[in-house]
Amino acid sequence: MLRYALKRLISLVISLAVASVVIFAVIEVAPGDPASFMLGVNAQEDTLAALRAELGLDVSKLQRYFNWVGGMMVGDFGTSYTYRTPVSQMIADRLWVSLPLALYALTLSTAIAFPVGIYAAARRGKPGDLTVMGATQLGIAVPNFWFAMMLVLIFAINLRWFNAGGFAGWDKGLWAGLHSLTLPAIALAWPQAAILARVMRSSLLDILGEDFMRTARAKGLSRRQALWRHGVRNALIPVLTIIGLQFSFLLAGSIIIEQVFYLPGLGRLVFQAISARDLIVVESVVMLLVFAVITVNFLVDLAYAAVDPRLRSRT
Amino acid sequence: MSLLEIKNLSLSIHGTDILKQVNLSIAPGQIVAVTGESGSGKSMTALAVMQLLPDGAKTAGAIRLNGSDMLGRNENDMCALRGAAIGMVFQEPMTALNPVKTIGDQVMETILIHKAMPPRQARDRAEEVLTRVGLPPDRFPLSRFPHELSGGQRQRVVIAMAIALRPKLLIADEPTTALDVTTQAQILKLLKGLVSEYDMGLLMITHDLAVVADMADQIVVMRHGEMVESGATGHLLQHMKHPYTRMLFEASGHQVYLPEPAQSRPLLEVTNVVRDYRLPRKGLFEKPGHHRAVNQVSFTLNCGERLGLVGESGCGKSTLTKAILGLEEVQGGDIRLDGQPVFSGHKPNLAVRRKMQVVFQDPYGSFNPRHRVARLITEPFHLLDAPVTGSERQDRIAEMLTAVGLSPDDAGKYIHEFSGGQRQRIAIARALIIRPELILFDEAVSALDVSVRAQILDLLAELCEAYELTYLFISHDLSVVRTITDRVMVMQAGKIVEEGDTDSVFSDPQHQYTKDLINAAPVLPDIGRDVA
Repeated sequence: MLRYALKRLISLVISLAVASVVIFAVIEVAPGDPASFMLGVNAQEDTLAALRAELGLDVSKLQRYFNWVGGMMVGDFGTSYTYRTPVSQMIADRLWVSLPLALYALTLSTAIAFPVGIYAAARRGKPGDLTVMGATQLGIAVPNFWFAMMLVLIFAINLRWFNAGGFAGWDKGLWAGLHSLTLPAIALAWPQAAILARVMRSSLLDILGEDFMRTARAKGLSRRQALWRHGVRNALIPVLTIIGLQFSFLLAGSIIIEQVFYLPGLGRLVFQAISARDLIVVESVVMLLVFAVITVNFLVDLAYAAVDPRLRSRT
Repeated sequence: MSLLEIKNLSLSIHGTDILKQVNLSIAPGQIVAVTGESGSGKSMTALAVMQLLPDGAKTAGAIRLNGSDMLGRNENDMCALRGAAIGMVFQEPMTALNPVKTIGDQVMETILIHKAMPPRQARDRAEEVLTRVGLPPDRFPLSRFPHELSGGQRQRVVIAMAIALRPKLLIADEPTTALDVTTQAQILKLLKGLVSEYDMGLLMITHDLAVVADMADQIVVMRHGEMVESGATGHLLQHMKHPYTRMLFEASGHQVYLPEPAQSRPLLEVTNVVRDYRLPRKGLFEKPGHHRAVNQVSFTLNCGERLGLVGESGCGKSTLTKAILGLEEVQGGDIRLDGQPVFSGHKPNLAVRRKMQVVFQDPYGSFNPRHRVARLITEPFHLLDAPVTGSERQDRIAEMLTAVGLSPDDAGKYIHEFSGGQRQRIAIARALIIRPELILFDEAVSALDVSVRAQILDLLAELCEAYELTYLFISHDLSVVRTITDRVMVMQAGKIVEEGDTDSVFSDPQHQYTKDLINAAPVLPDIGRDVA
């Protein structure tokens, strides 16, 4: 198990190194000089040179890459070209919104999808299953921004249970923070739960056809006991894969939902930074997201091994 | 009073009749074997006793265990009986165990689910039954996972689960079909021992008549869901009444007569072939280990000769086949066909490849279901420099289909319209269509029912006459190899341990492993054939 974890960890480090080179290369070859963009077309040449020196743009590309990577290792992501504030601070502020939102949404979607998927699989072809399949089809088909607006209309405007948008901040307490993230989390979780429930159902149905399920029944387990004791854990492998993918998506891909609920999240930060050609912010956020995705994959790999002993013994 | 009594059992699934008026009874300590070909309903009979039938099943008649009827019971009652009063062992040990649970947990589950004893005692009982089936905890701790065991060991675990609560009745559905002969002999001995030790009744489902004759006290022969004949083993074997029973025994020991091989030049020359597989690294910076699947194998196959290759699973038969076909590169030695290497550079040599064809075991998986037969059997034409087209192509298709006993009209059909035996005929047509110099049969008749197998063996003998075939026949089934080959090689752990004329190897084996194989293989009693 330790060897397996170590192998996955090494592959994580290599992936991160390769990703940093690719991100740096792609963003650096994009045309446009941040200094002249910031100072406008009428800027003096010596002013531009001074700004470039200040931003660290006057050294070779290789030097800049190592400055960037070296800085990130100690938590120094550089200074935003447009806001002139440390990037690390900007990211940290946004991360405190995006990360809890992603976790909140993922918890919701898993909490809905597992029981629903298992319920549908246990009642294959019966009305309960057909209802679930119909509902999940709808969950996947309805665009989530529209769903988000409906949530706002019902729960914020009509019922006044939640605010229509904005983020209260964690300094007002855990409850206030969670409260303002609830509608966005539901909007994000809804389609994910629908997908996850379907994956859970089909994965479990595959397992129900396995020989060892029949063995379990021959031992005297009821259908339900066999399903829970032998089915669910075996069905988890594909489900874990999807959960990993969904978390990555929720962290980075919630830009539309952030827009609808006016949340100061990472998605909006990237969007603004790209429009302002604030390369250092874009690079850093993208790198952070890559880091998050690769780390999640690493955790999913460990979860596989926890679920399936065959992976543990394979070195 | 008998332990299990099945009276006039009929079964239909979604309106299709599966079983009709089945009657049998088992006394304590008795072994009753139900035999027949696929689709005869023998497995369904077993599942009906367990009440583990597929959805849509309707039963009529009576199944009585110790005098009390099972068919009327509700699901909760059946759950209490399954595992406790009736244990069941299945065919496929590789998949019958849950891969994510330890063997200890799985054996203990049988005990705990019936709340038969507290967990501590259940653990002791699990150790006890695992020891009884030959897996003592000092060598096979309860914490082992199924993937850490071989097929035979897994089947022992399945048996341990089934007997953990000392059921009165044990049902074994093809318990040794997926196992090697030496493992089969051990498992059969174990089952026999358990039956007399615990005074259990054993309902054994098997298609293998040699196993039946060896094991059973009573035999029930089934066809198309009906019993055709039943009786005490010795009596039934001597006085077979029903022609179907006679046909089954006849087909099981079916012999064919091959034409004399033309003594001529060497066709396939295999010299000191070595095939290594890389194993995963043990440590991060250690060199990966190797498993030598084929170890210094040399042999020559002459034109017109029929050579057999036998051995148990994992001995390297299939690896050697792949190497001969040029599908995988070898790490040492040389394989030549007609003096040409099958692998040149790091690529298969196409000029040689077109002289070889192969027929695989699985008549269901080895065809693309979306192609018509005409396209399926003409696939080897791709190997030719000038593919055959037009009317010549049609003629060749018609000729081949006729040669393998099908009709030229079958060319337009899809593969799902054919039975397993017909599919294997099509596979042979596909192999023959470019008139290869060498055909490899890789377990080509192993998946077939005995009567179909007999027909395919006859077909091969006919084709030997008509086309002067040269082939390498790979099989784990000694009786088939014995009749369909002139010369045989015995392979063990990557090496050829014995080689010689088929008749002399079988009648006077020299190597200990060959002797073990021949001794372990169950033999059909002569009485069956004498009567037929």
